[in-house]
Amino acid sequence: MSFEYAPAPESTAIVNIKSSNGLFINGEFTAGHGTPFKTINPATEEVLAEIAQANQEDVDAAVRAARRAYDKTWSKMSGRDRGKYLFRISRLIQERSREFAVLETMDNGKPIRESRDVDVPIAAAHFFYHAGWADKLEFAGFGNNPKSLGVAAQIIPWNFPLLMLAWKIAPALATGNTVVLKPAETTPLTALLFAEICQQADLPPGVVNILTGDGDTGRMLVEHPDVNKIAFTGSTAVGQAIQRQIAGSNKRLTLELGGKAANIVFEDAPIDQAVEGIVNGIYFNQGHVCCAGSRLLLQESIAEQTIESLKRRLQTLRLGDPLDKNTDIGAINSREQLNRIIDLTKSGDEEGAQRWSPDCVIPEKGFWFAPTVFTNVTQAHRIAREEIFGPVLSVLTFRTPDEAIEKANNTPYGLSAGIWTEKGSRILSMANKVRAGVVWANTFNRFDPASPFGGYKESGFGREGGIQGLGAYLTSEESS
Amino acid sequence: MSSLDNRPAESHKGLLAFLAGLPGVDQVGAEARAAALGTRSIKKESKIWAIDLAISMVDLTTLEGADTPGKVKAMSAKALHPDPTDPGTPSVAAVCVYGDLVYAAREVVGDRIHVAAVATAFPSGRASLSVKLADTKDAVAAGADEIDMVIDRGAFLSGNYGKVFDEIVAVKQACGPAHLKVILETGELKTLDNVRKASWLAIKAGADFIKTSTGKVTPAATLPVTLVMLEAVRDYYQETNIRIGVKAAGGIKTSKDAIKYLVLINETVGDAWLTPDLFRFGASTLLNDLLLQRQKMITGHYSGPDYVTID
Repeated sequence: MSFEYAPAPESTAIVNIKSSNGLFINGEFTAGHGTPFKTINPATEEVLAEIAQANQEDVDAAVRAARRAYDKTWSKMSGRDRGKYLFRISRLIQERSREFAVLETMDNGKPIRESRDVDVPIAAAHFFYHAGWADKLEFAGFGNNPKSLGVAAQIIPWNFPLLMLAWKIAPALATGNTVVLKPAETTPLTALLFAEICQQADLPPGVVNILTGDGDTGRMLVEHPDVNKIAFTGSTAVGQAIQRQIAGSNKRLTLELGGKAANIVFEDAPIDQAVEGIVNGIYFNQGHVCCAGSRLLLQESIAEQTIESLKRRLQTLRLGDPLDKNTDIGAINSREQLNRIIDLTKSGDEEGAQRWSPDCVIPEKGFWFAPTVFTNVTQAHRIAREEIFGPVLSVLTFRTPDEAIEKANNTPYGLSAGIWTEKGSRILSMANKVRAGVVWANTFNRFDPASPFGGYKESGFGREGGIQGLGAYLTSEESS
Repeated sequence: MSSLDNRPAESHKGLLAFLAGLPGVDQVGAEARAAALGTRSIKKESKIWAIDLAISMVDLTTLEGADTPGKVKAMSAKALHPDPTDPGTPSVAAVCVYGDLVYAAREVVGDRIHVAAVATAFPSGRASLSVKLADTKDAVAAGADEIDMVIDRGAFLSGNYGKVFDEIVAVKQACGPAHLKVILETGELKTLDNVRKASWLAIKAGADFIKTSTGKVTPAATLPVTLVMLEAVRDYYQETNIRIGVKAAGGIKTSKDAIKYLVLINETVGDAWLTPDLFRFGASTLLNDLLLQRQKMITGHYSGPDYVTID
């Protein structure tokens, strides 16, 4: 007897996608002046909507609106009143959570289980958390009278569209800044729904502006002279370009870039939970996670047994329709990303690593990549060094804690790490030695608004979330 | 007593070393995994299938001081034909009663389903080994073909694993041909590390089934506890090719809950365990909810508590 799960698709009736979408400037939806582009559902390749492309004129209008809102309203409003708006936004996200979840899954390709249980609730939690800070900023450790910066230009990636929006907008608004945000080209829909939430919450016009568009729009936004602060999450290459662009200006910058995290499993780890953590570390969100545990470092004494357990566990992963409530692995977000994953995994084959994937049926339409494990990987392999940003795990081994540290840190990145051991003293000593902004112990890929997130080295700088994250939007100097 | 008395017998040294060497269980992680599996959405034909399977896995139970032959006979009749309005409804796996009422159950069910008896000074297990063995033999003699014994939790919690082990071995012997289910009473063991240890201990001592609870202690069966027990059973199978059964008993009251357990089995040990030979629900009220859901799936509308029998 085998237990087949009947399809359990979440209904899409709840979402109302406009065939053509404008920009959100000064509290209103307006037509863009660039050539519109289309956003598709990566699981079906169907066009979901036409999206406005913001050009220089639009960028100017949005920054102007944000500046006006900053000068006239938002920077003068009491923290208590700003907090009320943030609470309201948080509640509205919760009230419309199903709509957000379905829309996110359609536009991004991630399983509804994740958008429903992770992305949307944590996004709401970020607004809730920062609402609480809005009237308490003088106690946050940035001086007696910390000041907002002005207009924040925020550019976010496609892997967690709504959640990254929340990470950016919530602290900016709580600290009294106004925002021009550009969602990723392939995933603009939840940002546009969020714009509706801003209207619903009666947020003063211009406090939040949303510009859809491609990399050019992003560049114009970064270069705009009236922007005081830039917050970017995305690839290391673009992050470096931004830093060059703003050199010599006094724009403040935080970058949250790529990663190649080590997930380190010691022989005294709780093995069954470690296997779950490995799966959650690299196959969560199809591996489209900058802090993904893409390098598994296994102590040699348990390597064989753990790989066997991992493979058995991967056989139960369900790949397919992202809207099905039982799907674990959804679609790759774009053809471009899929090609990159295919390229890098090919290099793994060529360089002598051993590839394994569970049996799974790949749908005919859409962009898909089976969960993959590479064993016999060494530090010299490209798949051990470059960020794949896909459901691909590279397995390496170590003999001693020192060797684990050496290998974990031997990367240009430094965003996150995982440590699996039942020995508390080892957790503390390893956490001190790993060069990573976030270290998880006996868990992986857990996020909380109260916990700062950010990296070292080529993974960027600055922190988002927690008290530390507020610092990115505050200054103790008089504003210029 | 001299300290020498607390030293493990030579024969238990291997066992103790083995138990000490088991990997730990991270409670937070185990609970998260169980909760994640609990969100699987089982609908339509898979739900009908799962409900019938769950019915066939029920050990329909009454373990009250007020039990009488009449009560046991009525329940046994229901066990054979859970839903008089639909003869297609599967029988449950077994009835589970105190040893002195085994005869009453047997009279009704004959050889058509199993009769399980709780034994070994159930539920506390606080009696001498000779009393426990007599209790077991009595029940088997009265016609029980399954024995649900309790482990000595006092001995387990004081670290006297050898004593727990020896008792299970002795009871297993007293069972003769009857299948032995070993109740760990996980609500008293408290930690998942203990649950893993006790699971292995019982398996190594000869249990055919390992069972979560007596139903007399809260919490009784939970998903995380059952997950850890299933993992033990899975790992034992990997080593030996022998399949040990698992019984989740107490606190499972709704079809929705029961289906979560079936998902847990399916994705932890695989569908080979999706049979009454290897998984059981110890329950009384669960059966009626399964029947109501079954009627709903077939007719398309809910009936009510008056459309299932109370026995």
